[in-house]
Amino acid sequence: MEDRHLRLIVASPLDRLGRTLEALLIVASQPLSVEELAQASGVDPSEAEAGLELLAERYAEGRSGIVLERVAGGYAFRASREEAEACERLFERPAERGLSQAALETLAVVAYTGPCSRPEIAHVRGVAADSVVAGLVERGLISEAGREAGAGGAVRYRTTPLFERVFGLESLSELPRLDDLGGDSEEIRARLEAVADSRGV
Amino acid sequence: MYAHDLELDLDAFEGPFDLLLTLVLRDELPLADVDVAEIVVAFCERLLERGALDLEACGEFLVLVGGLLELKARGLFPDEDADGSELGPEEAAEELARRLEEYRRIREAADWLADRLERQSDRYFRLGPAPLAPRPERRPPAQDQQALVHALRTLAAEPPGVSVAHMALRFPPVERFLERFRALVRKRRAFLFDVEVRELSRIEQAAAFLALLELRKSNEVALDQAAPFGPIRVSRSRVERSQEWKTVTSA
Repeated sequence: MEDRHLRLIVASPLDRLGRTLEALLIVASQPLSVEELAQASGVDPSEAEAGLELLAERYAEGRSGIVLERVAGGYAFRASREEAEACERLFERPAERGLSQAALETLAVVAYTGPCSRPEIAHVRGVAADSVVAGLVERGLISEAGREAGAGGAVRYRTTPLFERVFGLESLSELPRLDDLGGDSEEIRARLEAVADSRGV
Repeated sequence: MYAHDLELDLDAFEGPFDLLLTLVLRDELPLADVDVAEIVVAFCERLLERGALDLEACGEFLVLVGGLLELKARGLFPDEDADGSELGPEEAAEELARRLEEYRRIREAADWLADRLERQSDRYFRLGPAPLAPRPERRPPAQDQQALVHALRTLAAEPPGVSVAHMALRFPPVERFLERFRALVRKRRAFLFDVEVRELSRIEQAAAFLALLELRKSNEVALDQAAPFGPIRVSRSRVERSQEWKTVTSA
């Protein structure tokens, strides 16, 4: 009788896995993929997914100060939206603070057409993109992604996982289709032709 | 060092300078993308590393960069006739419309991102070590610089030396003054205490005053003082005088 250990809380294997996943996610400073979580926990990806489902329920918005979200191709803990006011008093948000219209347009070009070079960005926007690109690299929203093919190829850029995280995107596929944006192209053409006619071209 | 040896690492091009020139002349690299100032800076840096001024190399470089700048300037102000002859008015409008459309889509994508960012403004998450928000600045009340100077000067002053003179003090015996004052009152009937002790040290004056109090206690003298801190007049007490009188009459 005296050899038997008294255990008040008996954890199920899924519960045990949930604790491991919690520990991994609280230590991580970037989203972790299912594969990474499975490997670190020593379980199959399918088991890790089951554990994540359990955590998603436990850390749903409104149930705790911590929320588990699926973002940038992985899973990450963040503060509950209800606690944003308190967070704002203590922390600043350097990555997205004061993004200018030029920076947002450049981000859009890189997100939709990347990897792309500075000359390509300048071609779409019609103005030089050097300083804007440097600013976005410094914020960690875009990063270098090799050079264009051929001798002396220009540096190309693409968006980073931080970009997806800041904008709350699970992946770039969540961006709206470019074909659905831009309004009526016929209207632009008609306007241009009217200008050309008025000048007698 | 010759200009064609110059290795370049520009945003639009990486490689030797002569390859850049070849690519530009073959129209394989748009000159508008090449930052000529960066080439000049790279050349100057190489020149500084060498230490010695190679006039021949500098001359060659100036000619090549001059030519490059001329080509770039011409590219910036294209000949309208040359471009116009390739594209008809409708084609030109079509091309312009295509580019404007492309830009408008990107503008709307940027607006979508801005809107998305706005909706995500209450999402906080860990991002490496979280940088602390700057603390609100607390302005101290206005200070007088002179007050600080004064305070520091007071602290910087040499403190006064500690006196140990009192350790060597010796009190003269009170009895000496008892005898002296008894003799004085017998001789003169009255005298001024202040006048008698004027020449003495402070400690002797104190002993003399104690002797005076002793005499007063034993009713040998009477003390008068017209005002506080005024001179103390010492005289023979009445008891003393009556006893003296008795002695004289009995004799």
